[in-house]
Amino acid sequence: MGTSAGSEADLRRTIDAVWRIEAPRLIAGLTRMVRDVGLAEDLAQDALVVALEKWPQSGVPDNPGAWLMATAKHRAIDLFRRGETLQAKQEQIARELELDLTDGASANPTADAAAAAQAGEDLLGLVFMCCHPVLSIEARVALTLRLLGGLTTDEIAHAFLTPRATLQQRIVRAKRTLAAAQVPFETPAGEELTERLPAVLGVIYLVFNEGYSATAGEHWTRPELCEDALRLGRMLAELMPRESEVHGLVALMELQASRLRARRGPGGAPVLLSDQDRSRWDLLLIGRGLRALDRAEELAPGGLGPYALQAAIAACHARARTPQDTDWERIVALYDGLAALTGSPVVELNRAVAVAMAFGPAAGLELVEQLADARELAGYHLLPSVRADLLARLGRREEAYAELTRAAGMTDNEQERVLLLERAAGLARREEP
Amino acid sequence: MRFMVMVKATQDSENGVMPSEELLAAMGRYNEELAKAGVMLAGEGLQPSSKGARVRFDGASRTVVDGPFAETKELVAGFWIFQCKSLEECIEWVKRCPNPMPGASDIEIRQVFEAEDFGEELTPELREQEERIRAQISGEGQ
Repeated sequence: MGTSAGSEADLRRTIDAVWRIEAPRLIAGLTRMVRDVGLAEDLAQDALVVALEKWPQSGVPDNPGAWLMATAKHRAIDLFRRGETLQAKQEQIARELELDLTDGASANPTADAAAAAQAGEDLLGLVFMCCHPVLSIEARVALTLRLLGGLTTDEIAHAFLTPRATLQQRIVRAKRTLAAAQVPFETPAGEELTERLPAVLGVIYLVFNEGYSATAGEHWTRPELCEDALRLGRMLAELMPRESEVHGLVALMELQASRLRARRGPGGAPVLLSDQDRSRWDLLLIGRGLRALDRAEELAPGGLGPYALQAAIAACHARARTPQDTDWERIVALYDGLAALTGSPVVELNRAVAVAMAFGPAAGLELVEQLADARELAGYHLLPSVRADLLARLGRREEAYAELTRAAGMTDNEQERVLLLERAAGLARREEP
Repeated sequence: MRFMVMVKATQDSENGVMPSEELLAAMGRYNEELAKAGVMLAGEGLQPSSKGARVRFDGASRTVVDGPFAETKELVAGFWIFQCKSLEECIEWVKRCPNPMPGASDIEIRQVFEAEDFGEELTPELREQEERIRAQISGEGQ
């Protein structure tokens, strides 16, 4: 066998990989048992430290997840017995942990299935804890990526262009907030679930979007973040198979991610949807996205939620072999539904674009003009950018040029700014005789 | 990054021996675990090579060779596409797979090329192709 034994660096990478796979389940299970997510993460980290000491000699155990869990539990029992935690009922928790350890030893298929079900429930509990409304959005994102995505603080700091110390502080404070608010470890049900699910989906989609269209900096996309978000979304869809909007979000992300590689032109310049080489779209992800959308539709006979509606719009593009094949009338109808649901001016702006495509630029421009005073769109560079596009198509080039220049001054994304200025320059060139 | 994870064929799989109920159940659990972790993008089992064919290329000539094929160990009996952070993570997932065959068997892991892997070399061509398509489209529109 050609194993790469011996190299310490190889082993370190293997342990990192094991950690990425096991950490979410480990932390989730421990949080249920010790009733404190901060303590649970410390215990899991302690177990990792023991693994880093022992595995170089003993080799990686056959079931590393169970090994890490047992090690963490022993450590917890020690802490509780010595009274070194702030938990009430320390002795009771220690006894439960001991019981759990002996249970874990007798493995059989029924116990395996029960353990898998419990692990799923624990993960869901952790998801809702990380995305709890007592936390700021930034804290939810950081905690979710760290505890559920298995990302290190460094990786999260890097992805969000945030100093490491700031991020570390954010995570520490988030755990303190959860403890202080005595947030229970549970998956909400019924109406509470309906109320709290959007926060979870929002966090995942924010991570995806951060990767898909970086809001600042020289890189237009950071595909790694898209992959992290997709992984979280796919995981959630398996944990909550009956929730239409979870499948809707997954569908939306799969379909958008299918265009990632066509979206980056030579030198990293962004390529607009209508200009993309569709043969470079990722058919595997399109197929997954369309199936997830089917599932979302099956589960929502009364009408789709906002994520599934956006996915249905993305699906219209995914199904069109050429931009000319796009079913713009259907897209307008879907935007009608989305606008009614969200009341968002950004959605109205997108709807105006679809209307322009379906019924001509004049019809679209009329809608855009109505949005000119929307307070939410003040400073939003896509408003003048869309307006410019419609004006240009109506032959009003001078006005279009002014709008593009205005839009370029409003975006923080360098690539996008260059693109807008190029479009403006293009208009100016065509104006000359 | 993506990996193609290939279960290599054995004499049994080539003979069309179906997996036991126990193995199917274990495989089902494994697939569920992969799906729950958001790792598996796709996966299929393949029929024996006796139901397949090969097309051999030599310059301009094309010769069709019907299965089965002799070199059993080089054949593929099934595959998954995994999305992982690293080769090490992919290996860890594969180690958790139940032995897919009754006896000894191999699972091979290969990294899938991403667009970036092609480097700058392909870019001018792609650009040219893109521009050709664009020219065609706008030509049709007029």
